[in-house]
Amino acid sequence: MSARERILERVVAARAGAGDPSTVEKYLQQHPRGPAPSLGPDLAQQFCERATQLASEVVRVVAISDVPIAVARYLESNKLSRRAVCWPELVALPWHAQHLEVEACIATGNDLVGITGAFAGIAETGTLMLLSGANTPATVSLLPETHIAVVQVGCIVATMEDVWARMRAQWGAIPRAVNFVSGPSRTADVEQTVTLGAHGPRRALIVLVGD
Amino acid sequence: MQITSVEFKRKAREALHNPQLQHALGRMQSHFVDLRTQAVRALPEFEAMRDAGVAIRDRVLRDLDGYLKRFERVAVASGARVHWAETAEEASRIVAAIARAHGVKKIVKSKSMVTEECDLNDHLGREGLEVVETDLGEYILQLAHEPPSHIVAPVMHKNLDEIATLFEKKHRRPRQDDIAALVNEAREVLRPHFLDADMGISGANFLIAETGSVMLFTNEGNGRLVTTLPRVHVAIAGIEKIVPTLEDAATLARLLPRSATGQPITNYVSLLTGTRRQDDRDGPEHMHIVLLDNGRSRLLGTALEPMLRCIRCGACMNHCPVYQNIGGHAYGWVYPGPMGAVLTPLFAGIENAVHLPNASTFCGACVAVCPVKIPLTDLMRELRSRQLAQGLRSWSERWVLRAWAWMARRPAVYAWSTRVAVRLLAWLGGRSRRLRHLPGLGEWTRGRDMPAPAGRTFRELYKKRRVT
Repeated sequence: MSARERILERVVAARAGAGDPSTVEKYLQQHPRGPAPSLGPDLAQQFCERATQLASEVVRVVAISDVPIAVARYLESNKLSRRAVCWPELVALPWHAQHLEVEACIATGNDLVGITGAFAGIAETGTLMLLSGANTPATVSLLPETHIAVVQVGCIVATMEDVWARMRAQWGAIPRAVNFVSGPSRTADVEQTVTLGAHGPRRALIVLVGD
Repeated sequence: MQITSVEFKRKAREALHNPQLQHALGRMQSHFVDLRTQAVRALPEFEAMRDAGVAIRDRVLRDLDGYLKRFERVAVASGARVHWAETAEEASRIVAAIARAHGVKKIVKSKSMVTEECDLNDHLGREGLEVVETDLGEYILQLAHEPPSHIVAPVMHKNLDEIATLFEKKHRRPRQDDIAALVNEAREVLRPHFLDADMGISGANFLIAETGSVMLFTNEGNGRLVTTLPRVHVAIAGIEKIVPTLEDAATLARLLPRSATGQPITNYVSLLTGTRRQDDRDGPEHMHIVLLDNGRSRLLGTALEPMLRCIRCGACMNHCPVYQNIGGHAYGWVYPGPMGAVLTPLFAGIENAVHLPNASTFCGACVAVCPVKIPLTDLMRELRSRQLAQGLRSWSERWVLRAWAWMARRPAVYAWSTRVAVRLLAWLGGRSRRLRHLPGLGEWTRGRDMPAPAGRTFRELYKKRRVT
């Protein structure tokens, strides 16, 4: 008998007929929601406030074509590199007009700025939801010291439950990695003192597009 | 990890006399307690969420076999391989075999208490593999050859000065004396390891039965690096870590970071499902999930089953007056504080950790803050009963308890003897009303005087009040 069989046998014996295996699939199909926090009507506003509390910088622009201006201003004021890697969906923006060199590819250890989109933003916690994929590589939001995320206002939802519903509807199958990102990486391991820039990005900019 | 819980009393005494540790404990206590209080106050629905958390965890435990099989099926369908280990030793062997099969030389690890249970680093080291801990706290402990003293803040017992000295010695770089510089130094030292490691090892905060995913809550980003860059990802988790659905995970995601560090959410929450997809340009090519029993299935269906609800937030130890005074090392194994006082005897043998369920004031703070409402004091009481039944308590204690039980069942005898005892103690207390010594209870009066009773029992006072 294998370890698997022995473990499962012990689990079944302990249950002693109490549970009901047929309820498992039924429950998974229903996937009921638990209690959710109450949020105000302006989700975008709430998203911006919470994200700022978690040490992200947030700027709002009206149109997607305004993004390079906001990015250039941010990089300049923080004295950062004007070279970046980005997700393919963003490469066609007018970066050159702002003297930015932006290339669509996965990030390596040498890239300093990574620009991504986001599948959704969660107003409850000011969190970005990134899904990995051929055109949305996970490394771009992870390896560079600066992470810039371009988020459409229409992508802001209230809670994590809402993004699960949206993901099930739009993706069907789940991508390899779903990453919820709430600000730059941090650690409080030394004397419980919060320090930004542990192993992931040191700083984060969210560009929220739309009214 | 070598279990040294039998030495609890000696180690607790040493901890109490260690000024540097006492300073660290003082800092930690106010920090975590205040942050959790603020976070919970800011969320009026928190109590309802705790109840929902209990229901989720109990649902899983009730049908654990069904959820485990479902998890395995979908995880395998997404490209992961699932391994089962009955013991810690077996889990280590499985991970070593995976490393060999993939020709691995270097491994990067994110923080995982289950791998501490398994002594995994030692095991892999003996196989000639290089293992690098990448969580800052765990990395410091690896350099110092020390075990963690807290499940969330593993290096809370060390101060800045010690860490600066350690880094100076091990990194052979000029000494840095501020925290940001030390964090940056660790980042610079560890980044190349992430980039050239062949395998990443992580734990799992939750395993999602619906999707076959591993869910990780981290702040530093090392968890993401460990599970994204190396070509092999191995996740190790206890079999009880299953959570049915993504909605249930969302509920627990509101409880876990708030209870642990007072954060509304950790910086990163990652849901990892299987291997790199066909067109993906990053992510691991191989994913292995090791499901560890190591005594967990033995708790199912017993009075101690609620312990398996635990989501490892550390709130019980942060709020425990015993932990707050002695820290984690005295407990002698991976899990300290109230949850460790219950888990250690169960995993390591009740006879190897006799002191732990007794190292509690039973104030109930742990029960009051537990996000999944584990009745920790009841479980410690259950373990105390088992100790008694197994003859692990001293003859004097057994005799006293037996005498007490006999008396307590006879109201007349009880009333008479307490009247006598109260008067005797009042007389012994004399004018100072303090008892300096109590025969046979030297431990009680060694460090403090006991206030003498005022001369009447509760029953006497109550009777008098009813008459008037």
